[in-house]
Amino acid sequence: MIHPPNLSPGYRSTLLRAPSKPAVAFKADPDAIELTSPVFGHGEVGALDADLTRQHAGEPIGERIIVTGRILDDSGHPIRNTLVEVWQANAAGRYAHEGDRHPAPLDPNFTGAGRCLTDGEGRYRFVTIKPGAYPWRNHPNAWRPAHIHFSVFGTAFTQRLVTQMYFPGDPLFPFDPIMQSVPDPVVRERLVAAFDLDVTEPEWALGYRFDVVLGRTPMED
Amino acid sequence: MLTPSQTVGPFFGHALPYEGGPDLVPDGYPGAITVTGRVLDGAGEPVPDAMLELWTGEAGTRGVLRRGGEGACGFGRCATAPDGTYRFRTAPPAGPYLALLVFARGLLCAVATRIYLQDGPDPLLDSLEPERRATLIAQRDGGVYRFDVRLQGEGETVFLEF
Repeated sequence: MIHPPNLSPGYRSTLLRAPSKPAVAFKADPDAIELTSPVFGHGEVGALDADLTRQHAGEPIGERIIVTGRILDDSGHPIRNTLVEVWQANAAGRYAHEGDRHPAPLDPNFTGAGRCLTDGEGRYRFVTIKPGAYPWRNHPNAWRPAHIHFSVFGTAFTQRLVTQMYFPGDPLFPFDPIMQSVPDPVVRERLVAAFDLDVTEPEWALGYRFDVVLGRTPMED
Repeated sequence: MLTPSQTVGPFFGHALPYEGGPDLVPDGYPGAITVTGRVLDGAGEPVPDAMLELWTGEAGTRGVLRRGGEGACGFGRCATAPDGTYRFRTAPPAGPYLALLVFARGLLCAVATRIYLQDGPDPLLDSLEPERRATLIAQRDGGVYRFDVRLQGEGETVFLEF
């Protein structure tokens, strides 16, 4: 099993929101519109959209990092020109979202949202700051490990994926019911980025590598 | 080596929605329809922090993040309001249905369904019990189609597994 089960009682919000009936298997008849996907153009994504440290007048506080990787299909082929969106908390663990009540400072120089299109090799690259861990009210003394949310499209609506990228060696992993909702520990590790000295830029920023592999389109079965 | 899914969480509102996202066609577009409804949880309570994506199947459509002008596009995105409602304005699809994805806190994987604009012979609909079939068919009132998403429990919407 790759994906988390809908009902993961350790993550309380699933209790009333997880569908209780099994999903109906999708049949890929040639007319099924889920086999196609919106195509986003370069004119829609600004050059600064992929640099989350340059979206305001000043630089955000925090540890500057580079996050890069490839969007691939399950055969290892790159998915080109596909939209990748990211969002995250700031270095103090606070989202620039009105609903976030964590008493940590907002950073006027950090919104924490970015997007880009993959290049001809399926590659994306973001410059950002490392997000902080933050508390949530799922259970007593609950803390989310630092993470960056990823939203990826692919070439078919059936491939659409939203996930989260974590940082290697975080001591909060065993206590996080969202990460632990992925039942297979080997699969779970795919959510953890790798520190990469080749991505790291001297005197500038640490580098992390994180590839995202999307499901096959049913037509290929 | 597939990457597993994780929840969209509660704090996407400053990042994913964009100007004009729910309007796939401009105001006054000939033949435009409105698709609206509520997202409800297993207790029948509205889900105020869901995000819906609508896809009409216009493959190759460009210009969907930046709206404006007279053209139509095939993709829309709408966050639910505090009362769990959503609303899209779109051109009618070429086929009988619109594809819908729902993301929310508490959904570790997005759920996928279809909004059929009318009942009729269809491979998916015909494979379902009548009570479940009805969950996929929008209720029409003029140019407005009403379609609620019930995530769990009585009247639970049929979801698709890709």
